[in-house]
Amino acid sequence: MNEKNSVGIVKSKIFKCKNSLKLDCGVMLNEYELAYETYGKLNTKCDNAVLVCHALSGNHHLAGRYSSSDKYPGWWDSLIGPNKPLDTNKFFVIGVNNLGGGHGSTGPKSINPKTKNPWGSKFPIVTIKDWTSSQNELISYLGISRLSGVLGGSLGGMQAIQWSIQYPEKIKNAIVIAAAPNLTAQNIAFNEVARQAIVTDTSFNKGDYYKLGVTPKTGLRIARMLGHITYLSDDVMGQKFGRKTKNTNYQYNLNTEFEIESYLNYQGDKFARDFDANTYIRMTKALDYFDPTNGNKKKLSAVFKKIKSSFLIISFTSDWRFSPKRSKEIVKALLDNNISVSYAEIIATSGHDAFLMSDVRYHDILGSYFNKMLEAK
Amino acid sequence: MSITKKLSRYDFSIISDWVPSQSKVLDLGCNDGELLNYLKVKRNTTGFGVEKNDLNWLRALKNNIDVIQIDIESGLSEFETNSFDVVILSKTIQSMQNTEVVIKEMLRIGKQVIVTFPNFGYWKNRLQILSGKMPTSEELPYAWSDTPNIHLCTIEDFDNFCKKCRFKITDRKILTDRKSVKIFPNMFGALALYKLVSK
Repeated sequence: MNEKNSVGIVKSKIFKCKNSLKLDCGVMLNEYELAYETYGKLNTKCDNAVLVCHALSGNHHLAGRYSSSDKYPGWWDSLIGPNKPLDTNKFFVIGVNNLGGGHGSTGPKSINPKTKNPWGSKFPIVTIKDWTSSQNELISYLGISRLSGVLGGSLGGMQAIQWSIQYPEKIKNAIVIAAAPNLTAQNIAFNEVARQAIVTDTSFNKGDYYKLGVTPKTGLRIARMLGHITYLSDDVMGQKFGRKTKNTNYQYNLNTEFEIESYLNYQGDKFARDFDANTYIRMTKALDYFDPTNGNKKKLSAVFKKIKSSFLIISFTSDWRFSPKRSKEIVKALLDNNISVSYAEIIATSGHDAFLMSDVRYHDILGSYFNKMLEAK
Repeated sequence: MSITKKLSRYDFSIISDWVPSQSKVLDLGCNDGELLNYLKVKRNTTGFGVEKNDLNWLRALKNNIDVIQIDIESGLSEFETNSFDVVILSKTIQSMQNTEVVIKEMLRIGKQVIVTFPNFGYWKNRLQILSGKMPTSEELPYAWSDTPNIHLCTIEDFDNFCKKCRFKITDRKILTDRKSVKIFPNMFGALALYKLVSK
């Protein structure tokens, strides 16, 4: 296979962390594993590393394919590769599956060493800070003392913010896309509906479904369908589907009638097949809990006081789940501290999902910023 | 084009005279960031640019400017009161909808404000109008049908406007072809530069 500008065939690796981690919820993890992938080469100065944090349904497989027959490349293949905006000829790029994620890192479906059974319901609630703390262990293991950048969209962008707060000396640039300083009530509400869909599925069994040979597919697919609607904009749905029907005439029955229905059902089915429900619940919880201001006890600008990294903040006009207004709150808190920041608002119709698209201007901006990171070294 | 470049360099040098060294500067409508970089070199300043236009924004980023893409007219609430030493609006005021609000916001954010604009009262403009045409020049390069300039004014207009809005003018320079104009500036000046503080 000779795909243009692809990182090619890649392999997922496992980092076994023997250092214990005290989670925000109080639980102590004595050891844990993180699945990760890397692309490009770490240079001799070890100063060209970029950590890419994933969002709600993502994982560590950012780019390339696992085999030549692999149907889809990694989820951010459009951005990452030789001569792509995040150029793997120049940067050493790291993708990591977050703690609690269902793609190889320790999570609800892994075996709890104490009980020799899957963690299931007993797997603790993890937070963004737990993730960045564990990512920091991986970074040290890879021999990197300071990251050239941490990049992420949505929930991934929140991790980039957390990195800059938690490890000011270890991150030179934070690239925060379609993110927010915390979730709004409306956002938490959407997450709760998604969680309720899952936990009320009779197969959920409070999270202990692995040994029963069932999965709460019905709940998970409804959760995903709901999520999917909110990641798109009304406009883009209108353009893509409008009121298009599957048949020429209305059928007047309970079967799917409109194309948007088929699309959502398809997306829901696909997701429910591949994704772990317990992980989904924990990812949404991590989103809800994230709030550097700790319930407004401190102003965001006060929280940002010790930040040393430079920022690129990007938002998309049609994104109503993580709207430009929320990105501007981050920008304001950075400006209040006189921290180097550039902010771009991209005109896009795709809603929140725009951060995964290959919009020319969007990739131009990212590419130019990454180039600047190289020059500034 | 090269004439425009030279001219703009000259107004940069006057702006730079007005900007204290090592001050923190906000340039509204910063274009590709040329002025901010000029001030960085000449006066050792730091600061940010604001630019709405996509292409200019990217050029500014590539020129190592910290550039914020917001609409100047929909408020500058991202910027705290008195958070900058100097706020500049260079050859942008004539395309603003609500001039008074923008300058008030600038005076809130900065200790000092610099505004520059092409003088519509310049004799060459007057002559073109007398001949029955909308003026075009180095400072006013657009045809009437595609101009972003909706609020062109003369030096006299701007003086009256500042009086009405109680903006205190602390310095004023009028230029034509790199030279300072002292006699009948509203007739013989092509470009006006104002230094303001709030009363």
